[in-house]
Amino acid sequence: MSLIIRDLHARVVGGQQILRGLNLEIEKGRVHAVMGPNGSGKSTLSKIIAGHPDYEVISGEILLDGTSILGLEPDARARAGVFLAFQYPMEIPGVSNANFIRAALSARLAEGEELEATEYYADLYEKMDSLEIPRGFTARSVNEGFSGGEKKRNEVLQMAMLKPSYAILDETDSGLDIDALKIVSAGVNALRGPGFGALVITHYQRLLDYINPDVVHVLVDGRIVRSGGPELALELEAKGYDWLREELAEPAAV
Amino acid sequence: MSNALLENAQSFGSKAFPGWFHEQQRAAADQYESLPQPSRRDESWRFANLQAVDLQDFAPARPLAADAAAELTGRSIGVSSADTRLIFANDELLARPATAALPEGVLFLPLAEAMEKHGDLVKEHFMREDTVLGSRKFAALHRSSLRNGSFLYVPKGVKLEAPLQAFHWLAGSGQAIFPHTLLIAEENSAVTLVDWFQSVDDSKGLSCGVNDLWIGKNATVRYVTVQDWNRQVTSIQSNTTQVAEGALATNLALHLGGKYSRSESVSHLNGPGARSEMLAATVADDAQEFDQRTLQNHRAPNTGSDLLYKNALYDTAKTIFAGLIRVEPAAHGTDAYQKVRNLVLSDEAEANSMPGLEILADQVKCSHGATTGEINAEELFYMQARGIRAQDAYRLITFGFLNEVLERFPSGDVRDSLQASLLGRLRGH
Repeated sequence: MSLIIRDLHARVVGGQQILRGLNLEIEKGRVHAVMGPNGSGKSTLSKIIAGHPDYEVISGEILLDGTSILGLEPDARARAGVFLAFQYPMEIPGVSNANFIRAALSARLAEGEELEATEYYADLYEKMDSLEIPRGFTARSVNEGFSGGEKKRNEVLQMAMLKPSYAILDETDSGLDIDALKIVSAGVNALRGPGFGALVITHYQRLLDYINPDVVHVLVDGRIVRSGGPELALELEAKGYDWLREELAEPAAV
Repeated sequence: MSNALLENAQSFGSKAFPGWFHEQQRAAADQYESLPQPSRRDESWRFANLQAVDLQDFAPARPLAADAAAELTGRSIGVSSADTRLIFANDELLARPATAALPEGVLFLPLAEAMEKHGDLVKEHFMREDTVLGSRKFAALHRSSLRNGSFLYVPKGVKLEAPLQAFHWLAGSGQAIFPHTLLIAEENSAVTLVDWFQSVDDSKGLSCGVNDLWIGKNATVRYVTVQDWNRQVTSIQSNTTQVAEGALATNLALHLGGKYSRSESVSHLNGPGARSEMLAATVADDAQEFDQRTLQNHRAPNTGSDLLYKNALYDTAKTIFAGLIRVEPAAHGTDAYQKVRNLVLSDEAEANSMPGLEILADQVKCSHGATTGEINAEELFYMQARGIRAQDAYRLITFGFLNEVLERFPSGDVRDSLQASLLGRLRGH
């Protein structure tokens, strides 16, 4: 069981190509990290998996446990088990956080079925407590007026409530101080297990000190150019990305 | 001609009301007949559908059959915790349920009874201020044709916790009703009143209503109207709120139904420190038209007003907002805001906004603005990325847009009830 991205070529609708033959397999039970310089296509990758309408796939496949999700709307992909934790979570005025998460859970029920309110709140409060989110946040509008760290914690809260099979975390560490980083990482780690695979996208090795990846990939110019163990992240941290670019350029020059 | 509308109304009126009021009704009937229909040249009817206010097809509503009346009483729940209610159908009192006694001195009565027992109070306040936003002719029709309504008097220092409610039902084809609300809150009092306007059936009807709120020194009044007529009803509603020194008025209108709705709302800030919040949330679909005109009239120093009107438009619906903040020379230190926002969910819908300012005093803080936009694609994607279907996401985002208005109202049963009504009314895209 895995989320497989096979030879994926994709571009902005009517615009520039960004992914150029990307291959990746995220198995359930494992955490993969994708690192890469600015503009390498990291955020685009996450949006394409989630089905953002601004991007189109030119060729290649995305298979969720063996079934293509490319023809599915973003909401159907989410219900099939894919979760995207946004780098910049949207603010939705007038819609309370509790109602938003409730709507997301209700969307997963069969027609005529209803969410049991008491159990829902018990579950919600428990998860909020572990993420150190004050109870008052249930009544506040989704992400409105939240600090950067509160927004990221809210993303992890939604993930914990929706229990996806595969999660893509897009620079979840950006804008977090060290305390918030620890809380958010603990939230992600709590979900780790045989039924959960994750793709952690980050600029910095720091996050990987808290969410230890099984595999680290380097994304450059829309392709995975190197994969390795956690030590690869340390190497990138020490040396930057330029040495990889140079190494990649050499064989082509021969 | 519209004469039938008037003659019938007067024959009812003469039985129910004291002589002084009957005189008023007679004079108002003359006024109604002599005033011209609104015309294109009239600034206060700019962009308006003038055909919609040609009322000659309507006649005063006939009373309901007894069994229908009993059934309607059972349906008049509204805010479930607020069990003190006046229930009217076709301008006739059906029932006045109450489980607990109101605090001493509080009067919550049918207007006809109030005229009989508390004539001086009614006489002193009833439609005293001239209608200034265009509907003078229809105010005259209302006065001449009025048969009942609610009267609420809250004495000095009395603060009511539980909201009070009035229900106005309209039934039958070509029937016209003239609902009235007169609210007088004395110094340091507090009260919340919710008026529900609903149809019994799908037939074409007219509601020509007036509500007058008198808010005494340091009093707090929250007044809510839920307009939920069927799609054949023509509604003309005129609100006047008088706010005394240090008092706070909150007017919240939830506009859901009707074919054509004209609503005029005026807040007069009469005493230093008076404040008025004017709130409206409107859902317009099919070919519904909502024409909203407002005046924030600052007559005294250091007064505040804050208007927020939001419209969500589907299909070929049309909304008009024309608002004026007027600051009289004496009203220095005024703080006045006026904001109208339109969410347009269809290419064929039309939202007109005409905000306005007229400032005759110094040292004032005023701002006004109107915006029109569509559903934000990134918000939609965010919701979809959580598994919420596009239809439901549209509905939730639109709810949120309008709910921002309801959230200006304190949390509690009234707000919960309004949110439920709003959510029930909204649909996907």
